[in-house]
Amino acid sequence: MAPVTAERDLRLDLFRGLALWLIFLDHIPSNAVSWITIRNYGFSDATEIFVFISGYTAAFVYGRAMRQNGFIVASARILKRSWQIYVAHVFLFAIYLAEIAYVAHSFDNPLYTEEMGVLDFLRNPDVTIIQALLLKFKPVNMDVLPLYIMLLVGFSPVLWLLLRSPSTALIASAALYALMYKFGWNIPAYPNGVWVFNPFAWQLLFVFGAWCALGGAKRLAAVVSSRITVALAAAYLAFAFFVAMTWYFPRAAALLPHIIADNIYPIDKTNLDILRILHFLSLAVIVVNLVPRDWPVLRSIWCEPAIICGQHSLAIFCLGVFLAFAGHFVFTEVSNRLLTHVIVSIAGIAIMVGAAAVLSWYKNIERGPRPPAARPGFAGGDA
Amino acid sequence: MRRRAAVLLALTVLAGPVRADMPAECRVARHLVDDTPRLTGTAAALAAKRLNVLVLGAGSSVLPGKGGENLAYPERLRVALSEEMPGIKVTLATDVTPHRTATAMVESLATDLGKAKPDLLVWQTGTVDAMQGIDPDQFNQALDKGIGIAKAAGADVVLINAQYSPRTESIIALGNYSEIMRWVAAQHEIPLFDRFAVMRLWADLGTFDFFTVTKKLDTAGRVHDCIGRLLAALVAEAAKPEVPPGPGGK
Repeated sequence: MAPVTAERDLRLDLFRGLALWLIFLDHIPSNAVSWITIRNYGFSDATEIFVFISGYTAAFVYGRAMRQNGFIVASARILKRSWQIYVAHVFLFAIYLAEIAYVAHSFDNPLYTEEMGVLDFLRNPDVTIIQALLLKFKPVNMDVLPLYIMLLVGFSPVLWLLLRSPSTALIASAALYALMYKFGWNIPAYPNGVWVFNPFAWQLLFVFGAWCALGGAKRLAAVVSSRITVALAAAYLAFAFFVAMTWYFPRAAALLPHIIADNIYPIDKTNLDILRILHFLSLAVIVVNLVPRDWPVLRSIWCEPAIICGQHSLAIFCLGVFLAFAGHFVFTEVSNRLLTHVIVSIAGIAIMVGAAAVLSWYKNIERGPRPPAARPGFAGGDA
Repeated sequence: MRRRAAVLLALTVLAGPVRADMPAECRVARHLVDDTPRLTGTAAALAAKRLNVLVLGAGSSVLPGKGGENLAYPERLRVALSEEMPGIKVTLATDVTPHRTATAMVESLATDLGKAKPDLLVWQTGTVDAMQGIDPDQFNQALDKGIGIAKAAGADVVLINAQYSPRTESIIALGNYSEIMRWVAAQHEIPLFDRFAVMRLWADLGTFDFFTVTKKLDTAGRVHDCIGRLLAALVAEAAKPEVPPGPGGK
């Protein structure tokens, strides 16, 4: 069996926390502050970070459970976790309904007769709500949790295989990804189309994260720190950066050779385009080399806010979606000035950090003071 | 975003009056329709002193109520083109029905093209597909197909993307569809009239207020008038006689 590292890697929490902040900033429509987020400077965005780290931590937490308590117990815990996420998703949907109902009530403008049609589903809530409970109707920005639920529901057998033959599991995952591309597999959505985050595609990153957690990272260590890999990663990031700049400066687009443009576009987020995977991997290579596992700053107060957010990722993710709704509400109903964008963005992140601190406090009083390493499945609620 | 807008505004002002007859509220977004791919077929038509336009669109190409038709941008485009290009016989046909996806519009396109025989197709789409969550691949293919049919019928194509609609922004996910339109336009080397960016700029500058709750058509009419004028400016720019002269005729 593959070894499971004993101590939690704080870098995971740090970057998952940062990813949650970026997801929040990106989720507020037309947020001026979102120009700082990584999606504007390359192909991948915070979603890749979130899914990869979620896979990593899921394997870390449930891998240990499976080795200690067996397949059934670990599977039961994984399913319980996906149930929690499902409940969180339904909770967010309730908030979304409240927002829609408000907009429907307070909005009338001849410019937007077409757009108002989006509120028509309030006329037949029976169908819509059932479709939402079936995870087929997914409002804007509420696609990540259903993906997460699907990934966890299917995770037990994958984890079982990962613990026995990690390479086989990873190859199977890559094969599923390839088949998805070949045959166009996805899950249908309501009222039309398919899932925005195709689980058959995104599972690859999740399983890769899990594989890294169960010894893969150690195996890759030499490759990741080699100069050639770092140089390739840096070159690819530079290329992606240049391409991203052509999105904002159309004149620069002329410099992008046709043959490249024809081949890279469209960069498909739904099916986790290979260009996005490469971009994420390049970022990961650079970050792993720049931020060592025992970097003292990780334990300093500077990283604490992001780390605690990363440790309560489900709650903070949901809060972020809610805050994005609320932030957009402020933009439309109160003020849409640049200063408002900045204040809303900073306040939102501060609220996320505050909530994470409260959750940590709860966890402590409920569990009693035990050293983190000794806690059974530390942050197990946050795989 | 806003600072960039301000800089661009300053640049626009410094560049001097573009056209005396375009109201200032429209002109602030003038730079957003510059620098587009050429419309060679349209240029040839203009050389022959005519221009037949077909507007294919959905609900955001109309305004409701009495007089809405005259206030909506297709008619404003026709008027602006006639003003901008004296001596050219401008005709404009529309095929505009709300709630239609790109795929649905492509279905009626061949008939429209046969009837109107346009030199230029102005195709507004994206909103309904985003609202209904149409498979992005399907949307992409519909655009490709529509552009292919139009080009085969000898018409140039200008795409118009979705409106900026602040209140529904967190409900309608336009992102993917806007990007697909941008890519498709770039691939086919046709102009994209970035209506979203134009309206967003107006919102940022405070030119128009898109938040007002109203049933009146006054602001909506001015917005559509500006869109019509800016579209006309785009067409005029993209179909200017080339230097050296001799636009590729058909």
